[in-house]
Amino acid sequence: MILEMNHIQKSFNDLSVLKDITFGVDKGDVVSIIGPSGSGKSTLLRCATFLETINSGEILYEGTVAASTPQGQDKAVYAQKAEIRRMKGLFGLVFQQFNLFPHFDVMKNIMDAPLTVQKRDKAEVEEEAIALIRKMGLEGREHYYPCQLSGGQQQRVAIARALAGKPDILFFDEPTSALDPELTGEVLKVIRELAEEKMTMVIVTHEMPFAKAVSDRVIFMDGGVIVEQGSPDIVLGNPTQERTRQFLQNYSR
Amino acid sequence: MSLRTMILKMSEGLGRTCAIFFLTLIISLPIGIVVALLRMSKNRIISNVFRFIISVLRGTPLMLQLLAVTYGPYYLFGFSVSRNKLIPVVIAFAINYASYFAEIYRGGIESMPVGQYEAAEALGYTKAQTFIRIIMPQVFKRILPSITNEIVTLVKDTSIAFTVSYQEMFTIGKQIANSQTSFTPFVVAGVFYFIFNAVVDFGMGKVEKKLDYYR
Ligand SMILES: Nc1ncnc2c1ncn2[C@@H]1O[C@H](COP(=O)(O)OP(=O)(O)OP(=O)(O)O)[C@@H](O)[C@H]1O
Ligand SMILES: [Mg+2]
Repeated sequence: MILEMNHIQKSFNDLSVLKDITFGVDKGDVVSIIGPSGSGKSTLLRCATFLETINSGEILYEGTVAASTPQGQDKAVYAQKAEIRRMKGLFGLVFQQFNLFPHFDVMKNIMDAPLTVQKRDKAEVEEEAIALIRKMGLEGREHYYPCQLSGGQQQRVAIARALAGKPDILFFDEPTSALDPELTGEVLKVIRELAEEKMTMVIVTHEMPFAKAVSDRVIFMDGGVIVEQGSPDIVLGNPTQERTRQFLQNYSR
Repeated sequence: MSLRTMILKMSEGLGRTCAIFFLTLIISLPIGIVVALLRMSKNRIISNVFRFIISVLRGTPLMLQLLAVTYGPYYLFGFSVSRNKLIPVVIAFAINYASYFAEIYRGGIESMPVGQYEAAEALGYTKAQTFIRIIMPQVFKRILPSITNEIVTLVKDTSIAFTVSYQEMFTIGKQIANSQTSFTPFVVAGVFYFIFNAVVDFGMGKVEKKLDYYR
């Protein structure tokens, strides 16, 4: 298992947002998370990527404990800072709003973290960055700044930046929601290609046909719990839970 | 005294004027960052202490602060900061300007979108790396116009050094004006400041252009 999240609880002040969430991601899995607004999808990804701290539960990356709740206690304890930093190298995160570094050009956006964080060899990183740029269909844009790119191009740079750290798992939080409809296709195409290469991915999305086409597993969340999970054909095509059915019905309308 | 002589005599003070100007900037620009960070500290005591210091330094005249630094130690402890008046002058100016710059930095840092921090955090940057590589370069661009304003003000504020008789350009001009009962030295001083600030504007314009390459 690349990622295991067990009995995750997360609340903001008094608002309980994640209530006993348990799920795992195997190597090569593509997992889509769907659900209504406010159901806790982003919060779940943010907990998995250490942008939020969980209140209780357990997070493991590749069998190593990142956070756990000792028996008899009700508060999660995180691993040492250095260990958490090492684990950050295991995943990449793609944001809805891209969050590229505007003062860096495309190359630097991709190369800066491998160089400054992972302290890798420059020539090697540069070679990989060029390969990633080609893969993302961004040839010729190497020295453009984010403000000179379309939203779709910016998101592809963000994906390249996330891939440059050679992650074992990629998280996407609504990667196409900030894009004009005509630009979503180019980003979804890139993600689909990654799925074909057996990249492990967890994708929060509202693009149902895409989720259906690309996922091995779909998780439906509502009110901070996983209501249903399973193959896309079942969860999206013939759900066992009434709440899932209602959500999909409202959605297609 | 001829106009030519006046200009020559006052020019002799320009070196000291420039000394105040550049030393103040070199010291207060970096210290301002540190003060801004302390002001934004999560530790309530530290942040409140610096909030108070900044508000005192911004809320009282630079002239008073200059007098306090130059003569305060003598009245309090019976010794002077230094024979060379440049030192107390620069200390007073640097402290005063650091507090203005600190507030400008703070505004700039707080205006940064949280997504920049989160992207850096997810990529594994340390807090220091995030601040130095990601946040500060963007903050500089955002606050440049406010910094330029302060620098222009600093050029004019150097004249305040006359209160402690530090022999910079304006002080010399004022002495000439007194001895010759003439207003001309003040006009000369005005022209000097105007030219100085024209250069500042030109230089800062160049810097702004240089940072124009993104958003
Ligand atoms: N930092 C925060 N402080 C307080 N409440 C928060 C915070 N972040 C999220 N919430 C709340 O947690 C709940 C779940 O939010 P979350 O963003 O995870 O939902 P979501 O499923 O991603 O929704 P959407 O589809 O709109 O993105 C919401 O009620 C939200 O208001
Ligand atoms: Mg969300």
